Amino acid sequence: MIEALGFEFFRNALIAGLLASIACGVIGSFVVVKRMASLAGGISHAAFGGIGLGYFLGIDPLAGAAAVALGTSTATAWIRMKAHQHLDTLVGAVWATGMAAGILFIYITPGFAPDLFSYLFGNILLVPRETLIVMAILTTGICGIVAILYPRLVAVTFDEEYASVMDLHPDRIMVILLLLTGLTVVMLIQIVGIILVIALLTLPAATARLFSRSMKEMIVGASLLGIVFTTAGIWLSYAFDIPSGATIVIVSACVYFGALPLQRRVLCHRESV
Amino acid sequence: MSRKTPVIEVDHVNLGQNGHLVLEDISLTINEHEFHAIIGPNGGGKTTLLKVILGLIRPDSGTVRVMGGTPHEMRAHLGYVPQFRTFDFQFPISVQDMVTSGRLGHLTGLLRRFSREDTEAAAEAMETMQITHLKDRPIHDISGGERQRAIIARALAGKPSVLLLDEPTVYVDSPTAVRFYDILSQLRESMTIVLVTHDISALSPDVTHISCVNRRLFTHHDNQITEDMIAGAYPCPVDIIAHGVPHRVIPDHDNRVFGGRK
Repeated sequence: MIEALGFEFFRNALIAGLLASIACGVIGSFVVVKRMASLAGGISHAAFGGIGLGYFLGIDPLAGAAAVALGTSTATAWIRMKAHQHLDTLVGAVWATGMAAGILFIYITPGFAPDLFSYLFGNILLVPRETLIVMAILTTGICGIVAILYPRLVAVTFDEEYASVMDLHPDRIMVILLLLTGLTVVMLIQIVGIILVIALLTLPAATARLFSRSMKEMIVGASLLGIVFTTAGIWLSYAFDIPSGATIVIVSACVYFGALPLQRRVLCHRESV
Repeated sequence: MSRKTPVIEVDHVNLGQNGHLVLEDISLTINEHEFHAIIGPNGGGKTTLLKVILGLIRPDSGTVRVMGGTPHEMRAHLGYVPQFRTFDFQFPISVQDMVTSGRLGHLTGLLRRFSREDTEAAAEAMETMQITHLKDRPIHDISGGERQRAIIARALAGKPSVLLLDEPTVYVDSPTAVRFYDILSQLRESMTIVLVTHDISALSPDVTHISCVNRRLFTHHDNQITEDMIAGAYPCPVDIIAHGVPHRVIPDHDNRVFGGRK
């Protein structure tokens, strides 16, 4: 299987997996501790509307996805501030509307119907070099912003009300966090596709959280786990000729569910001491 | 009488939420070095009043002054201990990091990294709350009483002039509560304490002032719970409540009128 490394597409896939894993480890950790998994899912499905819009307007579908994802992130942050009790329902509405809009846009666009399958489930084996460069820039940017805001991000995700009392402007921090989540989601669409985005965003982070004592440990752990999951998934998908995105998610899920009882045992042991 | 410097002045505050009046014409002055307990039934608006004082909720009318300024301006002087149940103790954070995060209100600039002064203030707060030995433990790995002390230590790390606590004894057992009140009476020497609780049987004898909140405020200028306050604030027979306060003398009914209520 080592000979696969001789192919440029395969090396690109591994690098794409690495970059996406780091972004996921960083942003996914905050998404998991802040319990925003469904929100991230809403943003990613809304982005499908952007892909359809991109096709309809004849621009890069991923640019359309990015615009819609960032727009949805900002809108969600704003709604969260105003009426957070309805957020759950709104996420559901945005989720479905995005998908519906995407399908309608693609339907009314004349010419060949695009390969929707690769947007829905991703194809990491088709990531071109230019996309890698964009991903590298995005990942660096995301890590940089999180590093700068780190103490405030931890304080706001841990206790938003107390962050208000300390004048940390949690609303602004949450807007930034949601925008970064939107960017990460768009990046992940290439790798695992819209439907599986939440899995890659949350499974490595949720697994890392089981054994972490601090956000730093969780972020590093989630990034490393993500790298292991994507690399293993890419090898397996190549070796058995099966879809890459789905394979990566199944590998992640197996490790997560396998780790759950281990953590419970650790906790029970601690409680009984 | 030089100690009578007002630190919190609530003046004719009204607040409605979802079409209901939650706080009605509340006026309350809390002076420096008071240990002021705000009691009242669940849903009576105690927590809301505390949030109005903190500037987290803006009243519909009336004003709140904290140390002469708006709550917003004076936040660095306020230490807040929120209700226990609002916390996610599965969050991966150590006791020390959680306590140190209480310093963020004093930091400015883009990066807001902690300095030696911040770590020292956090260490001092953990020492006061007797949790120094737990500092490296994650918060999911310590007991309820220890968590409660960590939450208070976070507020103390900010070196507040006023400490506001919301139902701090709800999730701790009685021996822990007793020790907790020992710590509070020790803190009283360096700060004003405002404590909100529905559990009047758990009030410390060190409390200097008591107010009752049930939409309106019923107050008395010392640490006595009077029949009028109870009758005004609690919708149940006074006798039952009085038996729940074995260590507190309920004075004879003196026909005083509180908050305009007979």
